[in-house]
Amino acid sequence: MIEEVLTTARYNAKVDPSLGIWTWEIAFYLFMGGMTAGIILFAAWAVLGRKEETLNFAHNRFALWAPIALSLGMTTLFLDLEYKLHVWRFYASFEPASPMSWGAWILVLVYPLMIVQTLSTLRNGYPALAALVERIPGGKSILSICESRRRLIAWLAIPMAVALGIYTGVLLSAFSARPFWNSGVLGPLFLLSGISAAAALPILGACKADERHFFALADIGFISLELVFIGLLLASLATGTAQHMGALELVVGGLYTEPFWLWFVLPGLLIPIVFEVVCVQGYRAFGLAASVFVLYGGFMLRYLVVEIGQVSTWTEYAIQFDPQVLLRLTQ
Amino acid sequence: MTTYAMVIDTRTCIGCGDCVVACKNENNVPAGLNRDWVVEATRGEYPELHTEFRSERCNHCGHATCVTNCPTGASHYWKDTNIVLVAAEKCTGCKACIAACPYDARLIMHPDGYVDKCTFCHHRVDQGLNPACVSACPTRCMYFGILDERDSIVSRLLRERRYKTLMPETGNQPNVFYLL
Repeated sequence: MIEEVLTTARYNAKVDPSLGIWTWEIAFYLFMGGMTAGIILFAAWAVLGRKEETLNFAHNRFALWAPIALSLGMTTLFLDLEYKLHVWRFYASFEPASPMSWGAWILVLVYPLMIVQTLSTLRNGYPALAALVERIPGGKSILSICESRRRLIAWLAIPMAVALGIYTGVLLSAFSARPFWNSGVLGPLFLLSGISAAAALPILGACKADERHFFALADIGFISLELVFIGLLLASLATGTAQHMGALELVVGGLYTEPFWLWFVLPGLLIPIVFEVVCVQGYRAFGLAASVFVLYGGFMLRYLVVEIGQVSTWTEYAIQFDPQVLLRLTQ
Repeated sequence: MTTYAMVIDTRTCIGCGDCVVACKNENNVPAGLNRDWVVEATRGEYPELHTEFRSERCNHCGHATCVTNCPTGASHYWKDTNIVLVAAEKCTGCKACIAACPYDARLIMHPDGYVDKCTFCHHRVDQGLNPACVSACPTRCMYFGILDERDSIVSRLLRERRYKTLMPETGNQPNVFYLL
């Protein structure tokens, strides 16, 4: 028997009784970051594969969704900062050992790339927006230059999107102090989940049945890969140290078993993969429902991983001090 | 790099918490927050029980993951030593360092939002004084000094007594030692 009890009143906010520093804001940012990577990849792939006829939505309209998704994510990331006025400090230095610093600078590179990728699609995808840009001095030239460099932009976008998608996982996996996160599988898992979520969007938004069919098939593949990587994540925890095995127990019989399997794996992966299979048989309603489930699953994956990672720890004290008792005494 | 170490004798520590009070007074730590704390650890099966008291804080690690994970350089080593500090003017409150610390030794300094932690009272160390917790300890169970100096009190104690550090398997190279 080992019992370690805090005898003095440590109850630091968001640290005790277990870490709770990051919540939905970070999960949403990681989700949007991954989905942005997927959008950029599909838009670039449609251009490089000359898929204007078959995948018109991906070729001409999808790119615009990337900066919108990432900006929404960046907004919640900003909301999470405790010292918001110092946000510019991310760009006052580059810390090569810090994944978060890498992420901050990757975002600086991804943003202009997303903008030129979007500009290269505006005339074909969003003529009204293109007309607005053309009213700006030099706007016509900018649009023309971007259109003429469309393939080059697509080639550059692919490695940047992969870096963005993987970074959202590496950001967490680099924390050796949190056993549930500390697996190299998390980077590719978040990238795959981001691509899967991106594939779900055209099923909601594309007009042509062929294109919806293509993305439903793609999503079946990516969700299947996601399931494999979730298996690998659990296997890497099962074969790790006592701390890693303790982290695994949280989702296999422990506190987060029900949320992980019943709130994430079942509705976020298994149900949508079945619905996508029905969708490719020609039932569009199932495709729409599957997309909603995929997007839900993408967010829930990040939400649960962020939360479980914080609960998994090297340090476990029984907290003797309960601030609620003090509050009750003073009332 | 000069390595400062704290050595705490678990045989003479009585868990009174004076170190915690001294730290709060010396560093104006707001109510409800703590840079150090005392743990009562009991092992064994009744009636063969063994209890030790440990005054815990930041371990000022030689390989501090809080420093490597900080995206702005706010978490840093002080003056080529192992004393880990946070530069409040560089801190964004992103909390990466809190997640990176296996000892959960960091805290958010409300209401300002920057991250705070034990500093080994570097302002006192700079004047050749011991950290406040060491000076205030009524049982004299806490010692502070330079680990690299063979004749320092901490080096001598670690040569003469059995000791442990907390979770050295993290790889962080903690520099708070507990005499057994």
